[in-house]
Amino acid sequence: MSELREQIKEIIENEPVSLFMKGTPQLVMCGNSDRALRALREAGAPVTAVDVLPDPQIRQELSALSGWPTIPQVFIKGELVGGADIVEELAASGELRAKLDEALGPDREQAERTAAVATQA
Amino acid sequence: MAAPQTLEALLRDSFPDADELAVEDRTGGGDHFQVTIASARFEGLSLVEQHRLVYEALAAPLGDGSIHELRIKTRGLA
Repeated sequence: MSELREQIKEIIENEPVSLFMKGTPQLVMCGNSDRALRALREAGAPVTAVDVLPDPQIRQELSALSGWPTIPQVFIKGELVGGADIVEELAASGELRAKLDEALGPDREQAERTAAVATQA
Repeated sequence: MAAPQTLEALLRDSFPDADELAVEDRTGGGDHFQVTIASARFEGLSLVEQHRLVYEALAAPLGDGSIHELRIKTRGLA
């Protein structure tokens, strides 16, 4: 497994909620990444965001790992929850919050941090 | 770029039973699409599994970059 793929896998498995997106929570570069981020915020998720734009390889390796072809991708404790459409749908029905409560407990705090994966210059 | 009809034909092949099957070109530019499908194939599947079936059906246009953005709405028939 490539080092990059290993790093992505570690984030997916170790972060409570990871969001692979175009841009950052501070500067979102894509409407769908924005939809996913908003849904996660509304559900009170602690989000670890990874920007896939710095290197096309990030997206390639991520999709190879997840079997999901599009960005954004949301994972809760290592499990693929889906892309923007699914996360929005689950947020609207209340299932996203329930899923987060179950995985992380109800006392979590909504927070956002950014994680970077190192890519070859 | 892809024609909505092309995507619809690919989806029809994968979901011949579909009760509802619509492809909307959201921007008129031939690369942002909204797909809506109701099919018995989705019953009992999680949303991730349902969307995976749609991605499989559209693997070719997704792979060659002719679809820039795909929005998916799926449901079973029940």
